Amino acid sequence: MRQYSNKQDVQQKSYYDDRFFITPQLPRVNISEDEVYSADIETLKSHVEVLESYIEAGELVVYVNATDNLKTITFLRDTLEYDFLMELSAIDYIKDRNGFEIFYEMLSTFKHKRLRVKCFISVKEELQSVESVFKMANWSEREMYDMYGVKVINHHNLKRILMPDDWYDHPLKKTYPLHGDETAQWYEVDKIFGKEARDVIGPEERDSAAIDRYDTTRFSRLGHEVEFGVDITDGKEPEHTPLAYQEEGGVKLFGKRLVKELHEDKSVTLDKRR
Amino acid sequence: MAQHKVNYLQDGGAPIALTTIDKIVNFGRSNSLWPLTYGLACCAIEMMATGASRYDFDRFGTIFRASPRQADVIVIAGTLTKKHAEYMRRLYDQMPDPKWVISMGSCANTGGMFNTYATVQGADRIVPVDIYLPGCAPRPETLQYALMMLQKKIRKESVFRAIKKKRLV
Repeated sequence: MRQYSNKQDVQQKSYYDDRFFITPQLPRVNISEDEVYSADIETLKSHVEVLESYIEAGELVVYVNATDNLKTITFLRDTLEYDFLMELSAIDYIKDRNGFEIFYEMLSTFKHKRLRVKCFISVKEELQSVESVFKMANWSEREMYDMYGVKVINHHNLKRILMPDDWYDHPLKKTYPLHGDETAQWYEVDKIFGKEARDVIGPEERDSAAIDRYDTTRFSRLGHEVEFGVDITDGKEPEHTPLAYQEEGGVKLFGKRLVKELHEDKSVTLDKRR
Repeated sequence: MAQHKVNYLQDGGAPIALTTIDKIVNFGRSNSLWPLTYGLACCAIEMMATGASRYDFDRFGTIFRASPRQADVIVIAGTLTKKHAEYMRRLYDQMPDPKWVISMGSCANTGGMFNTYATVQGADRIVPVDIYLPGCAPRPETLQYALMMLQKKIRKESVFRAIKKKRLV
């Protein structure tokens, strides 16, 4: 049995690492077992430097140098018929290796094969954009920049895609707190009312179970409605508040009620739809 | 000489009804609440259902308006993200007084299950909320109930009291 570790403060830590946790890995198959892939890798090796290659879950994984990424993608598209770039993004390895692993998921509709190109860049390094080869990379590289802060060069419009333009930091980094850093927590207040309003509005309530049942300025239970802001702390809360949807005194015209008066004691709840 | 004889002394005979200014103004205000056509997430689907024929918001005199200039209620129906917060506040500012806010669903009330960096933890950090409607998503009946509660609240307001300077939020 695995040793018990306290996970109460996991969100407060920048990194959660359990010494006994082993990342599950799929078995890696030798490339010679698949003839299409082995032919592909031979052609690719003559063109770019391949650092490592194996088949995982029936899919060829190729490690190349980060500087060769554009060259590799172009070659795969033009020569090896990998005509789709399905997905690209980064993986945060800042703690272990001080960098990001970039992956490009490619698909060949001619060969019915998938291929993953991987490369590694350090935090400060720039990555060449593949937008000129695949239009799809436009938004994906913007997202990669937005979420991880990977600097992509030769991209025609590298700006944030999901977060607002004036957002601080990149939220999918593993060091980024789930509840946001200080700028994130006060973002809307700072932007709309200015920093001086922080004292008036107060910090965010992050406890999802926080309920103050005596807070009548905000909440009251159904069937126990009390007036706005009335103090009910000393059991002043009414046991039952009559249902009063109508104006007191009613809507009258020429001495007659326009709307039928509601008598709560006489109203019935139907068991079955009429 | 009058063409038709009117018996003014008969009950209901006189074409005059007496009331107070408060009552008549609030009668008008509360029975013609025009919300803004404004949906943010899945709650908006329930809001649309409430507006459609089965639940029929129109019988409360509630018709969705496509412009904040013509609206006096804003239903914050869905998750309010921090990126969107300033636009939501701008729409609220564009509405003419008197105006009211219904915060619909858990996300608008407290941030709900989105206890994350990107979600506003309660729309009341941005605008003053009159009715908090719980639920995820609240059913159309409960939105109707919220509207009825808002009507009830409006009927208690005084017309003569100068429009209270709204709290910052």
